[in-house]
Parts: sequence; C-alpha cells; structure tokens
Amino acid sequence: MLKINNLSVNYGGIKAVRDISFEVPDGEIVTLIGANGAGKSTTLRAIAGLVKTAGGEILWNDRNIRGEKVQDIVSKGITLVPEGRRVFPNLSVLENLKVGAYLRKDDLTEDLSMVYDLFPRLKERSWQLSGTLSGGEQQMLAVGRALMSRPKLMMMDEPSLGLAPLVVKDIFSIIREINKQGVTILLVEQNANMALHTANIGYVLETGRVTLKGSGQELLDNEAVRKAYLGETRQ
Amino acid sequence: MDWSVVLPYILSGISVGGQYALIAIGYTMVYGILRLINFAHGDVFMVAGLMMIYFSASMPMYYSIPLMIIFTVLLGYAIERAAYKPLRTAPRMSIMISAIGVSYLLENLALYVTGGLNQNYPGIPWISDSITIGGAVTKRVTIITPILTIVLVVALILLIKHTKFGMAMRAVSRDFDTAQLMGIDIDKVISVTFIIGSFLAAIGSLLYFTNYTGVVPTSGAMPGLKAFVAAVFGGIGSIPGAVVGAFIIGICENLIKGLDSVLMVNGIISQQFGFATFSDAFTFVLLIVILIFKPTGLFGEKQTDKV
Amino acid sequence: MNKPGSTKSFQNKLERHDRKTQIVADLIVIVICLAVLFLLDSVLDSSSMIFVVLKKTAVYAVVAVSMNLLNGFTGLFSLGQAGFMLIGAYTYGILMIPSGDRASVYQYFNGGIVKFSLQEVFAGIFGGNAGVGMFFGVLIALILAGVFAALFAFLIGLPVLRLKGDYLAIATLGFAEIIRALFQWNTIGGLTNGSNMLRKFPSFDSIVAGWAAGCPFVAAHIPFFSTLLPMIIAAICISLIVMLIHSSYGRSFKAIRDDEVAAEAMGINLAKHKMLAFCTSSFFAGIGGAMLAMFQTTIQANAFKSSMTYEILLIVVIGGIGSVTGSILGAFLFVAASEWWLRFLDTEMVFADAGTKTGFSVFAIAIVVLLAALVIVKNRGKEKKDFHRIAIIASAVAFIVIAALINYLLSPSMNVPLLRSGFRLVVFSLIIMIIVLFYRRGIMGTRELNWDSITAFFMKRRNAEKEGGEKA
Repeated sequence: MLKINNLSVNYGGIKAVRDISFEVPDGEIVTLIGANGAGKSTTLRAIAGLVKTAGGEILWNDRNIRGEKVQDIVSKGITLVPEGRRVFPNLSVLENLKVGAYLRKDDLTEDLSMVYDLFPRLKERSWQLSGTLSGGEQQMLAVGRALMSRPKLMMMDEPSLGLAPLVVKDIFSIIREINKQGVTILLVEQNANMALHTANIGYVLETGRVTLKGSGQELLDNEAVRKAYLGETRQ
Repeated sequence: MDWSVVLPYILSGISVGGQYALIAIGYTMVYGILRLINFAHGDVFMVAGLMMIYFSASMPMYYSIPLMIIFTVLLGYAIERAAYKPLRTAPRMSIMISAIGVSYLLENLALYVTGGLNQNYPGIPWISDSITIGGAVTKRVTIITPILTIVLVVALILLIKHTKFGMAMRAVSRDFDTAQLMGIDIDKVISVTFIIGSFLAAIGSLLYFTNYTGVVPTSGAMPGLKAFVAAVFGGIGSIPGAVVGAFIIGICENLIKGLDSVLMVNGIISQQFGFATFSDAFTFVLLIVILIFKPTGLFGEKQTDKV
Repeated sequence: MNKPGSTKSFQNKLERHDRKTQIVADLIVIVICLAVLFLLDSVLDSSSMIFVVLKKTAVYAVVAVSMNLLNGFTGLFSLGQAGFMLIGAYTYGILMIPSGDRASVYQYFNGGIVKFSLQEVFAGIFGGNAGVGMFFGVLIALILAGVFAALFAFLIGLPVLRLKGDYLAIATLGFAEIIRALFQWNTIGGLTNGSNMLRKFPSFDSIVAGWAAGCPFVAAHIPFFSTLLPMIIAAICISLIVMLIHSSYGRSFKAIRDDEVAAEAMGINLAKHKMLAFCTSSFFAGIGGAMLAMFQTTIQANAFKSSMTYEILLIVVIGGIGSVTGSILGAFLFVAASEWWLRFLDTEMVFADAGTKTGFSVFAIAIVVLLAALVIVKNRGKEKKDFHRIAIIASAVAFIVIAALINYLLSPSMNVPLLRSGFRLVVFSLIIMIIVLFYRRGIMGTRELNWDSITAFFMKRRNAEKEGGEKA
C-alpha cells in the first residue's frame, strides 16, 4: 500500500505540491485529477524519485522511500509510465519491452507473451524502431514496458494525452484489465471523465493541494467537479 | 602517375586515421550520452603518452603498458566524477566550460611536470619496428593500427547492440529520466562510457606516439580537435560515423601534405605551392562543409526542434 | 556643488536616478581613478607588475566584454574570438609598420607588398607633424582592425549563424583555426609575413616614448601615460558596447537569448539581430587584437590558438555571464592572478636551515588539518550520506598531504617542494576549476556595478536599520 503524508515539492521557489496526503490501497485504481499545473505530474515524479522533495513521507508498505534513488524505488515494485509516453525511439519495440525488465534476471518469455496478448499490434511490430510508431501504439508500448517489470504499483501520467478518443477508450479498458490481474494503479489525468469512470477512488488537486476526495462515482456526481473538470455549464 | 610517391602518404593516412578514430569514439560516445563536447579528452590522450614515458623509464614494457592503460582509464573516470557529474543539472554551457577548465588544468600540469621540454616516447618493441610495403619504408604500427582499430570498433559495436548493458547505454543516451525509471543506474552507465573512451584513447596514444614520438603538453590539442571533427563529420553519437570520419581526415590530410611532392614529381607544378600548411586546415574546412550542408553528420539522426 | 550640506542633496539626486547627477558621479570616479594611477606611478618603480597587469587587463577586458555581448547577452555560444583578434592584430600590424623597417621585418618577402604605414601617411597630410600623424594613424588602424574583423565575421556568419548551440561553437572554433592557418600561409607572406612575426609597429610603450621625446611632463610619468592609453581605448570600446546593450537592439539580444522562438514570434528578425551581435562582437574583438599587438610589441599568427579563446571564456565565466562589470573585474583578476599574484609559486625557495624547514612544515600541517576540519564542520548540516562522503574525502586528502609533508620533513632536501616554474599555472587552473564547479554564476552573476545598484544597496541598508534590525 502507498501512503503519502504531507508531501511537499518545490520547483525553485514555487511550491508545486503543498502538504498533500492520500492513500493508494492495494489492488485499487486511484486517480488524481485536476487542471494543468495543479501538481499531479509532479506528485507522481516525486514518488518515483525523479524530483527532489521538500518534506513529508512517501510510505510504501510502511517504509519511507522519500529521497531514495530512482532505481531503488523501481526495484521495490513501483513503476511510472511517464507523461508523453517516452518510449526509447532508437530501440525496437522488443528492446523497449526488454529494457522495461532491466532489473529482472529471470526468463522473460512469459511476460513478453502476456504483453503481446494484451497488445497484439505490438507483436506485429516487434522489430520496428519504436520512434516510428503512432501515438497510440507508443502508449501501448509504454504501458507494456512498465508491465515487464512485474510491478506491484503502476503509476500513469496522463495516458490519454494526445490520443484519439477511440484509442483512449482502448487504453482505459486495458488499465482495468491490468488492475484485474492484481496491479495497483495510480492514475493522473486531465481527462477527468474517463479517469473517474475507471477509478474506484479519486482525489482532486488544485494548485498543489488536495481539495476533494471520494469514490469515482461520488466525484462524478459532485457539482464543483462537474463544473470545473467535466465541462458542465450552468443549466 | 608515380604511385610510389603517393603510397607513403596513404599509408600514414590510414595509420593516423585509425589513431584519430580511437580518440574520436571517446568524443562521440560522451556527446551521445551527455551532450557534452569533452574538450579534455585530447588532453587525457596526451597525459597517457606522458605516463607511458615516465612508467617505461623505470619499469619494463610489460608493466608500463597495462599500468598506463589503467591509469588513463582512472583519469577519465575521475574527471567525469569530479568535474562533470556535479554539473549534470546545470545549463549546458557550464559543463562545457568545466571541460575547458579540465583541459586547461591538464595542460598546465603537464607543462609543470615536464618542465616544458619535449619528451621522447619509448620505442615499443615489435610495433615500432621498420617494415617495407610496396617500396615504402614505414613502422609496423602503420599496419597494426587499422587492424586493431577495426577489431576494437567491432567489439564495441557488438557490446552496444547485443548486450543488455549496451541496450542500457542506448537508452540513457536518449532519455535520462525514463532510463532511470527502468531501473538503470545512469551514473554507472556514464562512468562506463568514460572508461571505454579513455581506454580507447590510451590505446590510441600508444599507437600515435610510436609514430610521432615527441610529446609536449599541447600534443593532445590537434589530434583531439581533429578526432572531434571526425566525430561531428560522421554524425555525433554514431560510432561507425566517427571511425569513417577519422579515416577520411587522416588520409586526406596526409595526401595534402604530400600534394606538393606528388605534383612536383609528376611535373604538374614546378614550385612548392605550400599545401602542407593547409593539411591541418583541411580538417576544419571539412567541418564547415558538413556543418553547412548536413549538420547532423553523415550517419547522424535528424534532431527535430520542438516548438 | 560648492555648498556644504549639498552632499545630502547629491545623494538624494543619485537615488532618484537623476541622469545629470549620475554623469557627475561618473566623472568624479574617473578623476579618482586617474589620481590613483598617477599616485601609483609616482610611488612605484616603472617596472612594477601593476602597470603590466593594468595594460593587459584593458586589452582582455575589451575582448571579454565583446565575448559577453555575444555569449552572455545574445546567447550565441561562439568560440571564434581568437580568430577575430588575429585579424585585428594583423590589420594593425600590417598597416603600422614604418616603411623604413619593412625590409627587415618582411625579410623573406622582399619587404612585403604594403610599402607605407598609416602614421607616415597622416603625418604627411598634416605637414610633417609626426605626433598628429601617429594619433590619426593609430585611430584609423584600430578602426580598420575592427572593420576587417567584422567583415570576416559577416562572411562567416552567413552560413554559421543558423546553427544551434553546440554546433555554432564547433563551427566558429573551426573557422578560427582556418583563419589561423590562412595567416601562416607563406604564399600570402607578402602581406602577412607568413609564419614569421610581425614587429616594429607602434606599441603603447613606443607611442608614449614618442610623446615623451617632445614633452618633459610625459617623460617624467611614462608608466602613467603608457597605462592610461590602453585604458582610454578600452573605456571607449566598453562604453560603446554598453550603449548598445541598453538600446533597443540590446533588448532584442536578450530576448533572443531567453527564448528564440518567442522572440521571433514577437517580430524580432533573428537573422539580422544575430548577425548584428556577431559582427559587433567581432569588431571589438578585432580592436582587442590590435590592442594586444600594441601591448605585446610582436605578434605571430600561431599564438592565436583556441586556448586564447578559452582564456577569454574563463574570464567571462569568472566575472559572470551577462555582467559587463563582471567581465572587467574578471579580466583584472585573471591577469593579476596568472601573471602577478601567483608568481611566487614559480620561484624556487630554499630554506636556510633545518629549523626554518621544520617550522614551515609544522605550520603547513597545521593549516591542512584546520582546512579539513573547516570543510567537515561547514558541511555538518547536510544529509548523512553526503556528509560521510565529504568527511571521508576531506580526511583522505588531508592525510595524503600530511604524509607528503612528513616525508618531506624527514628528507634531507632544503628546497621547498613543488615550487618551481609552472606551479603558478597549476594552482591557477585549480582555482578556475573551483570557481567553475562551486561558483557557477561568477563574481557578479548578471548584476552590474553602476549608480543604480550602488544606491539600491545603500537604500536597502538604511531601510533595514530604520525598521529596527529587520532583514530587508
């Protein structure tokens, strides 16, 4: 279980994340929604160890991992699918998947076939340089790559960004599928609609602070959320 | 056309080209991974030469050579740790200035230690022996260099394309953050890059100074610069490109050096035109040409600007 | 200005950035500087290092500010300064060698193809007056030095300025090397003297000696005048650059530095402004090169290597990229430290007896222990891992140094270890590395020392005191 207590992150004088606390229970899909610049990405990157934090605790199975090196955090079972996919364009699809399993020393064939079952399009293109894939395919590759390390917690930073609506639907159904197989998901999204329909628990972030918490449905029904993030105008 | 006049120049061209190639790989690998022009690399090459002189003065060759290689590698590693790692998050100009500072320090250290006097490189048995090819007399190192270079380059390319660590190196050279997210230890990858580069520079110095036996503190500047141009010409980040570029520079600059003699012997000109002065400049003309027409180099990848 | 109590109103006017008061303040400072220089001349021997240092500072300051204009204010990382300095130096030399000396200077090229010298031409125009001739000769030669450098810059800039970042640096470095090879080419030796030196042209010292011949006041104060001359030239050049920076062009340069794409979107013509910055910077680099010729009395193409560009770059970094004051200060510190203050490190010292030697060694050991302790204590507050690492490194270094000192103590040699020719530059390079690694922003960062910043500083202090010790 991931517990965040009073986490703060500063970006050179600007408080990007102020004193936030939330929980990601095992096996759940938790989502952080909010506007651009609210601090959602920063939170994920802080958990992954990519940015320096200013205070608070990041408890993973009751051990504080704040301040640890990225590779150590990854080895503990937390992966991040970064914003913008960030596949390695100079590596082939297969190599991208293999590099996702970098820390593992055992045989990868089972995991590779699992990922290919989940994303058949990737299997067709396993020798292709990933820089030549479409946006949607790259997103699938990024997710598959994250799965290769057999993570316990998979964090996803704006998986829908820049993707066509049909592809977005695919991605989110796959997220649910992965979750069913036992992977805890922490999802950051601007597309509040899809996120809240997929997640069990949701938090709303505004200028670095958690302002609302509830189940996916509760937040979908919430007036303020509807006005700010679901595009509902006053009727 | 009297080929016997041209032959010695072509031979030295291939030889020095291979030596440039070994240095050029260091530049291109470091640039590929850190986007840093390692101005100090040429000086590491020079220090390797000096180390060999001092070691061989008090130890037999079979100790001096491995010791020189080990210490050169340590030097490259130490420079990265001390002068480049702390500036990894700084603006790009800072780290480049640090490299210039290291280069300045190494040259001044060499000047201090040698007292500014020309040091003579020891004759390495077997490779500095004279041999004759096609009527031209040269040292055995002229033949050894291209062969050794090709062997090392092939080994390196195999390492990078077919091993897990090589895959990690390729990943890190594209995207630091995401590579870390894969669990890759980027500090280790960067250190290994510098170690490989310094190792090749050590070998290169062994071969180069067997041919050009005078070592002064500025001995690394020109070969370093030329190797760097070779790397840019071939496409910075591409190892085969750097090698091709290095051989082209080596051969062409030697041909230019010999152009006066060749043209005179064949009766095309009657007086020295003074081409030799431009043998060094050729490298830079090549640089300008490639930067104007294809800045990413022969085998370089297209870098797109994100707006 | 003659009334007592007007100092307060003067101060007030300064604080309100009254232009006229600032100019008056500037003049007062200039007079003070001249007085100090005059005093130095009277007090010190004419061979004192301070004069050499000040002259060289003036030269390097001009080039450093010109480089800062390009790198710091416009964001174009160019490494071609040495090439433009070379062009400027040679333009000056070629045009100013007296015709009587041409045969000996251009000895391998039949006296060279240029048969006149500017100072003689102007002397002729002004009825044989050598002094006036020299004045105009130097003036025109300096201007032409800049013009030719700028011309080369224009030609080079056409293809090169489109390149980004590192590639621009590489390309300009390459062109500088090509220029250097060109000027050593013996085939055009009739003009450039090929790989041989150019000499016998008027230098700062020789020009002042010329004045001294006709004026006893000058003869009595030669160091003052020969140092003043380069400083005046430098002051004029730097003022022009500063004026450019404060103009709308300067603002465009800074916009380009901060964000090229945005600048273009705002309507700034990138190509035109980059070319302007490049050519202006090269113009003054050319003048700097000519000044270097006037300082060194001989010039040779081979000496204008990329290492000269690196030294200028280091000066700019030490002073602070984006600060003109910083470049001037940096030039002074760089020249003073490398040529003067650290000179003692190059001279061998021998101890008179074992007693002094022991005393020195004990003293040195004590200093090393103190420094190591200081480093450890200062870093006490850092995270455990960092602190351990720093403590171990500091202790290890201290241990090695102390072991070496003890070894030296026990040895029979009376020579102070390490001190011999070349050590000065080693220490100097280490200091540079420390600045580059730990003081990246340089001395001044991007700040300037002018009346606005001075009054702001004092106002802050006053306000802090008024509010009863509260930190401003």
